[in-house]
Amino acid sequence: MSESTPGAIMRPDGVEGVIADWSSDQRAFKKVPWGKAMMWIFLLSDTFIFGCFLLSYMTVRMSTTVPWPPVSDIFALSLGGEPIPLILIAIMTFVLITSSGTMVLAVNYGYRRDRAKTVLYLIITAIFGATFVGMQAFEWTKLIMDGVRPWGNPFGAAQFGSSFFMITGFHGFHVSVGVLFLILIARKVWKGEFDNETRGFFTSQKGRYEIVETLGLYWHFVDLVWVFIFAFFYLW
Amino acid sequence: MTEAHVEGQQHPLGVYIKVWAWLFVLSAFSYMVDYYDVQGYLRWTLILIFMILKAGLIIAIFMHMAWERLALVYAVGVPVLAVLVFTFLMTHEADYTFDTRGTFFVESAP
Repeated sequence: MSESTPGAIMRPDGVEGVIADWSSDQRAFKKVPWGKAMMWIFLLSDTFIFGCFLLSYMTVRMSTTVPWPPVSDIFALSLGGEPIPLILIAIMTFVLITSSGTMVLAVNYGYRRDRAKTVLYLIITAIFGATFVGMQAFEWTKLIMDGVRPWGNPFGAAQFGSSFFMITGFHGFHVSVGVLFLILIARKVWKGEFDNETRGFFTSQKGRYEIVETLGLYWHFVDLVWVFIFAFFYLW
Repeated sequence: MTEAHVEGQQHPLGVYIKVWAWLFVLSAFSYMVDYYDVQGYLRWTLILIFMILKAGLIIAIFMHMAWERLALVYAVGVPVLAVLVFTFLMTHEADYTFDTRGTFFVESAP
């Protein structure tokens, strides 16, 4: 659309025209790269998804006449002695917060054009993320062995199982996808695609270090969701 | 048209480290609530306070919301309020369902 002459602006017709008109030089979010703005919009929609999950959990927990299972005891783990309540979940929380911290460092070193350190911290973040997913898999296995099913469990209200598998499953899926993208972006940084502004194969946009920050937004969001799950599902 | 800033957000690492430490401390506090078996309204108040503080720190500092323009903050922040309205509606709906079940489905004591 650079060929616009005064008075007569050439604009494409049809579907191409729809796209051109909607994307023509109008920017609501100044000083923010498009990828970052779009990530925020995506995260907003994801907020509604997790919001609805937690809300439905609240609704079934408030409306059941059967006592809710003792969450603190179910997630207890004995590390060679007395069972410590909720210890596995506490460790998972700390693992995820640690990964958030290393992600911040990756973004920071990315903007400083420090390729090696960016890759290092992206990989560390991915390792912590994978650890989290691994612990979640362990937790699921333990609960399934204990007889927890989406339609019932031996500890109390049947809604416990469906809420648990739905909420933590969806969150675990988000973490897994995050780990995948961390590895992909780490590879791009390592190959210097953000320094050379190599065009991506999918969006064909120039590679920039802003992508690391956009990925960071997603990763922190995953941590953010866990804050709410930890408070409402495990501690409440 | 001014191009999107190329440098990106640069903040001293100290801020991040401090927030990181606070997140650890606040998580430890939330865990303590359960470990020492605090019950009742105190439990829920503490859980909510620690949760909101942690969420606020992550959004404001880690996700850079504190340094973004207000247009973006509102675009992301205001729609979330709809979730709170939904919560209000569903608490009433859940109370109603609970009362209905209490009236019709619970067997009378033998």
